[in-house]
Amino acid sequence: MPVPETDHISYQRSFYIEGGNFNYAGIVSTSIKSILKQMDFPGDVVRKCAIVCYESEINVVSYARKGVVNLTINPDTVQIEVIDEGPGIPNIDQAMQQGYSTANQKIREMGFGAGMGLYNIKSYSDAFIISSELGKGTRLLMTINIKK
Amino acid sequence: MNLATIVQELSLEVRCASENLKNNVTGGYTGDLLSEVMANSHEGNIWITRQVHQNIVAVASLKDHAGIILINSCEPTQDTLAKASQEKIPIMVSNLPAFELTGKIYNLLEKKD
Ligand SMILES: Nc1ncnc2c1ncn2[C@@H]1O[C@H](COP(=O)(O)OP(=O)(O)O)[C@@H](O)[C@H]1O
Ligand SMILES: [Mg+2]
Repeated sequence: MPVPETDHISYQRSFYIEGGNFNYAGIVSTSIKSILKQMDFPGDVVRKCAIVCYESEINVVSYARKGVVNLTINPDTVQIEVIDEGPGIPNIDQAMQQGYSTANQKIREMGFGAGMGLYNIKSYSDAFIISSELGKGTRLLMTINIKK
Repeated sequence: MNLATIVQELSLEVRCASENLKNNVTGGYTGDLLSEVMANSHEGNIWITRQVHQNIVAVASLKDHAGIILINSCEPTQDTLAKASQEKIPIMVSNLPAFELTGKIYNLLEKKD
């Protein structure tokens, strides 16, 4: 019997992030990195995913109430979508600038809040989409190409 | 050069994951801003920092660092030690400040590579 041709998703998984809890910050990124490593993705794909995922995860922990990370592995791309419920970002252009941060003292003392997160997410993604609604939350979509 | 040699040459105190001192060290990165370390450090690097809280373990693990050295006799927190032992990331303590420690490690790596 002929199998219908679809550009089907090969792998999909979601992860929960708790806002404000730095004890588990990074755990989602660590899980995603080990999944990608187990699947034998090239080192630079794993590295890029680790950076963009970690920075997004830390932002949810730092600024939002809760969030979810959807990892989708397609034949040619890895997509990482991060959606949170939180205050949203009033001025996205400003937030994207290197060095801009509203992080509080407690966050800065831990070495976060350098204002490099969103900028680095954009530079290490092959495609990057950000949208935000004040009082509702923020959505990031990062695409990393898998070069064959 | 492996970590064990650096530990010995610089009299570092190993706080956890001593079973991984055979890790090869490809270079180093010095910094306390986690975003900067995430973006600029490399696999196999030794990370030199004064941050002692548990979030350093995730960074070192995500970047496949050879290990972490805390400067100025800073001690890791209990949470940090527990996590680092679990992730098998060696944490070492030096009594030197960042500038001197970085310089010494840089020279060691240049000399023996
Ligand atoms: N998920 C988010 N929800 C609300 N605000 C955010 C979120 N992500 C980023 N921001 C805002 O954008 C700023 C810049 O973010 P980023 O570039 O990651 O730097 P940093 O987190 O170091 O401040 C933050 O300080 C914060 O004001
Ligand atoms: Mg950030």
